[in-house]
Amino acid sequence: MGKTITEKIFASHQRDIPSEENMVLDLDVVMCHEITTPIAINDLVERNLDRVFDPDKIKVVIDHVTPSKDSKTALQAKILRDWAFRNSITDFFDIGKNGVCHALFPEKGFVRPGYTIIMGDSHTCTHGAFGAFAAGVGTTDLEVGILKGVCSFRLPQSMKINIEGTLPEGVFAKDVILYIVKELTVNGATNKVMEFWGEVVDAMDMESRMTLCNMAIEAGGTCGVCMPDRVTAEYLWPFIKDQYTTIDAAVAEFETLHSDADADYTDELTFNVSDLIPQATYGFKPDEVKSVVELEGTPVDQVYIGSCTNGRISDLREAAAVLKGKTLAVGVRGILAPATPLVYATAMEEGLIKIFMDAGFCVTNPTCGACLGMSNGVLAKGEVCASTTNRNFNGRMGKGGMVHLMSPRSAAAAGIKGCITDHREL
Amino acid sequence: MKNFSGSVLFLDRSDINTDEIIPAKYLTENSKIDLGPFVLEDLKLEGFDPQRDVAKAQVIVTRNNFGCGSSREHAVWVFEVNDINVVIAEGFARIFRQNMFNCGMLAIELPAPDIDAIFALGTDVAIAVDVENEKLSAAGGGNTLELSLHLNSFDKDLVRAGGWLAYADQKY
Ligand code: SF4
Repeated sequence: MGKTITEKIFASHQRDIPSEENMVLDLDVVMCHEITTPIAINDLVERNLDRVFDPDKIKVVIDHVTPSKDSKTALQAKILRDWAFRNSITDFFDIGKNGVCHALFPEKGFVRPGYTIIMGDSHTCTHGAFGAFAAGVGTTDLEVGILKGVCSFRLPQSMKINIEGTLPEGVFAKDVILYIVKELTVNGATNKVMEFWGEVVDAMDMESRMTLCNMAIEAGGTCGVCMPDRVTAEYLWPFIKDQYTTIDAAVAEFETLHSDADADYTDELTFNVSDLIPQATYGFKPDEVKSVVELEGTPVDQVYIGSCTNGRISDLREAAAVLKGKTLAVGVRGILAPATPLVYATAMEEGLIKIFMDAGFCVTNPTCGACLGMSNGVLAKGEVCASTTNRNFNGRMGKGGMVHLMSPRSAAAAGIKGCITDHREL
Repeated sequence: MKNFSGSVLFLDRSDINTDEIIPAKYLTENSKIDLGPFVLEDLKLEGFDPQRDVAKAQVIVTRNNFGCGSSREHAVWVFEVNDINVVIAEGFARIFRQNMFNCGMLAIELPAPDIDAIFALGTDVAIAVDVENEKLSAAGGGNTLELSLHLNSFDKDLVRAGGWLAYADQKY
């Protein structure tokens, strides 16, 4: 019996087998942000265990609320900042250099095929786009990760998701993953790794693959994974060029990680997306998905473009293509949060920021912001937002608010029309 | 080990997410105890009043996929500081389940018919969990149910050790 990519990664990182059902893994990267890490730090300090297993394997960012909005968030940032300095963690990103963790860390080259990665953040599954095993964990797992460089997992089960056909013009990875979450339900992949295969995935760039894997958790998945290939190697080339003689050599090594043809899966599903049309959520669960055609005319008060799902440069380009020369409908507020400083700077160079501003958007610094309802665009009771984020839970963007998740093009179109609409008709 | 018995709070819905258990706006608290008053604040269930109902309970019984969504361990701590150390469900989201055992608490999975049977005991139900013998008894409405449960040996070790940090600090 062959092995899945996850089984191969588990085997090469095995530290301990504490029971028949569990494995303790050595970690390659432990990622930290200011919301879930400070309590771990405080606890380590209290226990007299204020140290880290390897400062070079810990990557730290202040991203959720930045600049700090009040004394409490300022204290969270300070706890993280002070800890990073006193433990000699050099990959620490503070204001001016910071951005949304799952967009920033891949951009810095911290994620590699075959890595084991944890973070106190459920969307850590994003990094599986590089062929890594990357899982969100709670603060205690994070604390042990920081201290010992290990994490326990139940033995992985994987499901194989084939995405076949050709993605129609104007339909994106976001539409695909919304459709898949709808089909699987919010519980359909619980305790499973979701492997994304097929010609559509092969044709996707890394940014689209990250969008795809980002929302694996919305179906309950432990991690979303794409097989690392030439696209992966080309994206990572500036960071790995000293390790391999050629890109071909890197690709050849990556291929040894691929799941074997006779690997064991709990489920194998095939989706043909050739006829898929833009999708959006309508309720308070990410599996409550309809086409934008069915939701046509639903009024919106705000448009939010950003987050670890769709705040990258390709997302800004798509939204700007719709917004160019147009303005937001009267009464609609537009917020753009480029996910990282590099995305922001690139968007500026390409003239995209100007397009957003001319359309009437407020452009914020890179941060999670309104995605989790903590700052920069919290909704009032009864308000509705067309958003490129990944969660529409009740209260997520502000108590009593409602979020419709969709692609950047769809969100931009909703801003122009003042209601959910099919951007392809604009 | 913590206390694993007491009165039951029934949450009759699947897919209760961690934003409903503790909204993100409270994630700026740096102490577990300060989370206490906000438990289940955004959970909308008919007849459910978090302030009134959580105070009386030490055990939660719910449906499937409990604790989905964000990884925030705050969702476990907010129960812990309200003296609720056991959640019993058909199934859990992976991270929530692991967080419970990592804190030395119990996330017990029972088949749907067993969950139905506990719900059928009425509204005034008490549950006692016997970790070592992997059993629980639920009493209410003049009836008592004796149910067996499966705990994997590693999860049991975590509960005995008082959590993953204590376990890992000793072993690795
Ligand atoms: S952008 Fe939203 S989903 Fe992504 S890490 Fe930030 S808060 Fe979480």
